[in-house]
Amino acid sequence: MSTLKINGNVQEVNLPTSVLDIIQLNNVFQPDMVSVQRNGEFVLKDDYSNTLLADGDEVDFLYFMGGGSK
Amino acid sequence: MDFSEDQIQRYSRHILLAEVGVEGQEKINAAKVLIIGAGGLGAPIALYLAAAGIGTIGLIDGDVVDLSNLQRQVIHFTEDVGRPKVLSAKDKINQINPDVNVITYQELFTAENALDLIKEYDFIVDGTDNFPVKFLINDACVLGKKPFSHGGILRFEGQTFTYVPGSACYRCFFYGPPPANAVPTCSQAGVLGAIAGMLGTIQAAEVLKYFTGVGELLTNRLLTFNAKTMEFRTIKGKHNHKCPICGDEPILTELIESEQAVCDLQNHKKQ
Repeated sequence: MSTLKINGNVQEVNLPTSVLDIIQLNNVFQPDMVSVQRNGEFVLKDDYSNTLLADGDEVDFLYFMGGGSK
Repeated sequence: MDFSEDQIQRYSRHILLAEVGVEGQEKINAAKVLIIGAGGLGAPIALYLAAAGIGTIGLIDGDVVDLSNLQRQVIHFTEDVGRPKVLSAKDKINQINPDVNVITYQELFTAENALDLIKEYDFIVDGTDNFPVKFLINDACVLGKKPFSHGGILRFEGQTFTYVPGSACYRCFFYGPPPANAVPTCSQAGVLGAIAGMLGTIQAAEVLKYFTGVGELLTNRLLTFNAKTMEFRTIKGKHNHKCPICGDEPILTELIESEQAVCDLQNHKKQ
């Protein structure tokens, strides 16, 4: 078992696992509306399936938030 | 700048702060800030910056006050319904602090006027409600080398970061707008009114920190909070070398407006 930090919470996973796997595993709400950061670095959507995570990686799902004015 | 006795009294709680003092207050009074959007975020931002004595506040918003705005846009009062938001906001700013020079622009922030508008100001604050304009503000500030504060709220959540030239920009975090109409705005999804105050006052504090040089700005970090749990998180970010506007080989070299802008504009006209 390896551990990742997903949105600040420790999660145990079996490697190899990709960013796409983690999105699916966590049932990310509306995946089109998140931006993924791996260890503080932006991951392109096209790279989700070929970006393999390593033990100890930190992954954050950042949600688009558009409100403010009207 | 020599402060009058009234001004020393008015700003005494700032001047008392060792990190601010008379010198810091003078910087605040000399500052020029453009607030884009005089709505949910723009309201608390404008109120606190006015009270703080920001010398010049520019306000840009093409909307008029609607009854549904009053639940969170605390700079507008019931009697203002139907009035242009920038004029309603200007009145309140003048009442709070006659020291502030308010410049109003009753129009939309567009790719055409963006660079001309921001070049007159030292700091830009995003208080808008849609992604095309949020990206436009980012792109204009990156190209125009202006610092800005990003802010977004939705339902029970908020997020913000501060940009200074060279730090991570909105596209470093989010690359480009989400699919058009995929993400609801407050007008479609709703927002708890006080969230606007929570986030807007964080943005206002960042502006005051920027001018006084106090502490560390929210650069290369994205602050998010969820009012349901009252948990705040700061996610570290980095300048993205593949960023389409500030990366090593930028794709965007001039301002563009994404498709959703047209869509929003049409919706706006229908209202």
